[in-house]
Amino acid sequence: MILARVAGTVVATRKDPRLEGKKLLVLRLVSPEGNLESGYVVAVDTVGAGSRELVIAVSGSSARMAEGCKDRPVDTVIVGIVDSVDLDSPAG
Amino acid sequence: MLLGRVVGRVWCTVKSPALEGQRLLIVQPLTPELTTTGKPLVCADCTGAGAGELVYYTRGKEASYAFLPAEVPSDNTIVAIVDELHIKRGPPC
Repeated sequence: MILARVAGTVVATRKDPRLEGKKLLVLRLVSPEGNLESGYVVAVDTVGAGSRELVIAVSGSSARMAEGCKDRPVDTVIVGIVDSVDLDSPAG
Repeated sequence: MLLGRVVGRVWCTVKSPALEGQRLLIVQPLTPELTTTGKPLVCADCTGAGAGELVYYTRGKEASYAFLPAEVPSDNTIVAIVDELHIKRGPPC
């Protein structure tokens, strides 16, 4: 799973019918220390995440196991809103 | 599967119902020589691994198989805690 911050929304009128009703958000990858990293992904939101919130997202085929995403053409899904991240020591 | 060390935890109150009760740990990938490699990642845990422990984790779709028959949306799962690591040095046999 990846840590990411919600950076924006995506609106698509014409899309696969199995994506109807799914909220699409733009995520910016974040390190565990909270620093923004390079790279954006578009993810389906299943938890009601809002703008600027820190979230975890699952990617790949495991993403389809998230709530309401079975047999849908998605590969990144937001599965949690992060309350806090604890680090034991500086990673790396 | 890859070696890693548990370096932290992630707490989420609002999460996918399938993730209820699952621990989410931050794992730093390691080489067999136990030097760090790559970026830390968030893993689900099916072993009860604790802070600072050496573990190995599986990636991709197979990561969710650790929780069967439950369908847990996880793409990185800690599947074992490492007791010992033996690496043979020198030229190959």
